[in-house]
Amino acid sequence: MTRPGLAVPPAPASGAAVPRRSDRTLPGRSDRRARSRMRALREQPGRLVYLTLVAVLFFSGFPLYYSFVVASRDNSALAQVPPPVLPGANLVENVERVFATVPFGTALWNSVVVSASVTASVVFFSTLAGFAFAKLEFKGAKVLLVTVVATMMVPVQLGVIPLFMLMIELEWTDTLWAVVAPGLVSAFGVFFMTQYLRGALPGSLIESARMDGASTFRIFWQIVMPAARPAAVVLGVLTFLTSWNDYFWPLIVLSSPERQTVQVALSTLSGGYVTDQSLVLTGTMLATLPLLAVFALLGKYMISGIMQGAVKG
Amino acid sequence: MTIAAKRTGPARTADPTGRSSPAGRRFQHLRYRLDLKASPYLYIAPFFALFAAFGLFPLAYTAWVSTHEWSLLSDEHVFVAFGNYQALLSDPYFWNALGNTMSILLLATVPQLLAALLLAHLLTLRLRGQTFWRMGMLLPNVASVVAVAVIFSQLFGRDFGLVNWVLESLGAGRIDWQSGSATSHIAIAVMVAWKWTGYNALIFLAAMQAVPRDVYEAAHLDGASRMQQLFHVTVPMIRPTIVFTVIVSTIYGLQIFAEPQLFGGGGPNGVTGGASRQFQTLTLYLYEHGFNRGFEFGYASAVAWTMFLVIVVVALLNYLFIRRIRSDS
Repeated sequence: MTRPGLAVPPAPASGAAVPRRSDRTLPGRSDRRARSRMRALREQPGRLVYLTLVAVLFFSGFPLYYSFVVASRDNSALAQVPPPVLPGANLVENVERVFATVPFGTALWNSVVVSASVTASVVFFSTLAGFAFAKLEFKGAKVLLVTVVATMMVPVQLGVIPLFMLMIELEWTDTLWAVVAPGLVSAFGVFFMTQYLRGALPGSLIESARMDGASTFRIFWQIVMPAARPAAVVLGVLTFLTSWNDYFWPLIVLSSPERQTVQVALSTLSGGYVTDQSLVLTGTMLATLPLLAVFALLGKYMISGIMQGAVKG
Repeated sequence: MTIAAKRTGPARTADPTGRSSPAGRRFQHLRYRLDLKASPYLYIAPFFALFAAFGLFPLAYTAWVSTHEWSLLSDEHVFVAFGNYQALLSDPYFWNALGNTMSILLLATVPQLLAALLLAHLLTLRLRGQTFWRMGMLLPNVASVVAVAVIFSQLFGRDFGLVNWVLESLGAGRIDWQSGSATSHIAIAVMVAWKWTGYNALIFLAAMQAVPRDVYEAAHLDGASRMQQLFHVTVPMIRPTIVFTVIVSTIYGLQIFAEPQLFGGGGPNGVTGGASRQFQTLTLYLYEHGFNRGFEFGYASAVAWTMFLVIVVVALLNYLFIRRIRSDS
C-alpha cells in the first residue's frame, strides 16, 4: 500500500526508488550508511515544532468539541459571559428535541442507504474498470484512460439543471434513487483502482489462470477482487464519506421531510426563523458522530488513500 | 489468426467435458476469442455509460437549455439564442456574486495552501507519533460542509459567538461578521480553510516524501537552512503537485454553496447570501434562479455555463501563473 509512485500527479523524482520516511525505521530497507547520513540530515525536531503541531491539533479539534458543548447545554446558557466551554447536562433532552423536530432517524437511515449503495457500486465498478485498464489489452485503452482522468476535473455539479429535468422525466424526484444514481460511478475510483492493480497484480498470475482455462470474469472474481481488497477499503471509506456529506444535489432533488438525507435535515433544522442553536448543533453532532467513528476505525486507510491518489470528492 | 489459434490451445485442454470434436473445438475457440476481445469493453462500459448519462450529458445539455426561455412551469421552450447571457451580464447581482466568489476563493485558498505547505514540511520531520499527527490534521475534513457551516456560524455569531467573545476580552470590539462584506467573506473563508488545510497538507506530504534525499543532502552541505530548503528545494521539486492542488482548490472554491447558504441562516437570507447579498456566491445565485424563484431553468443554465467558462479560465490562469514562477526562479 505504500507506493509513492501512485501520487497524483506523479512526483517528478523517481519515487519508487526512494524509501518512504515511514519505512526508514524498518531494517534492510536501505543500507546503513545512507540511513545514518539521513539521520544526520534530519535531527530530532525541537519543542517549537511539537508546540506548533499541538496548536494545529487544538484548532482542528476545538470546533467539533465546541459543537458538543453547545449540544449539551440549554439555549440560555449560551448567552452567559463568558460563554460555556465545558459540556452541560442537557444532551439527552436536546437529542430528544431533535428527533421531535425533524424525522432525524429516518434521515440517518436514508443517508446510510444512499451512502452504502453508492459505496458498494463505486467500489465494484471501479475495480472492474480498473482491472480492464490495468491488465487487459484492448484498442483505445490509452485514450479512454486519459478520458477518465480528464473527467475527474469536470465540475459536474454545474449540470444540475438538466439532471433535475432528467429526474423529473424518470419520475425519480423526491426518491433516494435520484441521489444514488449520479453517484454510482466515479472517475476518481476508476483511476485509483487502475493505479493500484497495475502494481499489485502480477501479470503472470493472470496468464497462468488463462492457461488453466479460466474466463476473464472468473479471473476478475477469484483473483482480482481479493487482490484489490486493500485499495477497495480505502476507496470505500473515501466514497462513503463523500456521499454521506453530499449536500447540494440532495437539497435540490429531495423535498419531503421523510425522504431527506441527514445533511438536508440538518439544514432544515438550522433554517427556522428563530434559530435554536443548541438544537441545531445537537443535530450536527449526531450527523458527525458516525463519521468520527468511521474515522477512528479507518482513518489510517483514509490517510494512505489521500496520499496515494489525491483528488477531492 | 495464428496467434489466436495458439492461445486457444491451453484453454481447449481444460475443457471439462474433454470433448474434442471439430465443432466443439470451434465453439470453444470462438467463445475464448469473444471473451478476450469483448470483456475489457464490457468492464469499462458501466463507468462510461453511467458517467455519460448522469455527468457529461447534463453538463452538455446545460448549454442547449441556456439558449432557451425555459421554465419548469411552462411546456413551451422559446429559443432566445444568447438572450439569457445578455440578461445575465447586465444583472448587477451576477457581478456581485462573481466578485464575492473570487474574494472568498482568494481568502480561502492562498492562506490555506501556504499553511498546508508549512504543515507538510513539519510532518516530514522525524516526529514521534506520525499517524497521530496526520489523523489530527485530517479530522476537520471528516465533518460535512453542512456541519462545518453550522458550527462556524455559531462561533462567528454576533451576540453569543465565541470569536467575538475572544475579541472583546482582548480589547477589540465585537464584529457583526454576517453583515459586512469583508467580514462575512473572511468567516466563510475560515470555514473552507479549516476543512481543507490538513487534507492538502497530506497531499503535499506525499509529494515531499518522493523527493530524493540526496537533493536535500546537497542543499544541507551548501548551508541551506530548513526554510530555505523548503522554498528552494522542496517547492520546485513538488511543483506538479502544487499546480494540481491549486487547480482542484480553485474548482472547488468557485462552486462554494453550503457555507454561505447556511451562514445566512438557511432561510431566504441564505439564498441571497445575506440581506444585501454581501456573500452571495455564484452557485447560490444559480440556486436562487434555478430552484428558488420560479424554476428559471434557461437562465440558471446560462449561469451554470458561464460558471463553467469562469472555472476553465481561472484554472488556466492559475496554471500559467505557477508555470511562470518556475521559469523565474
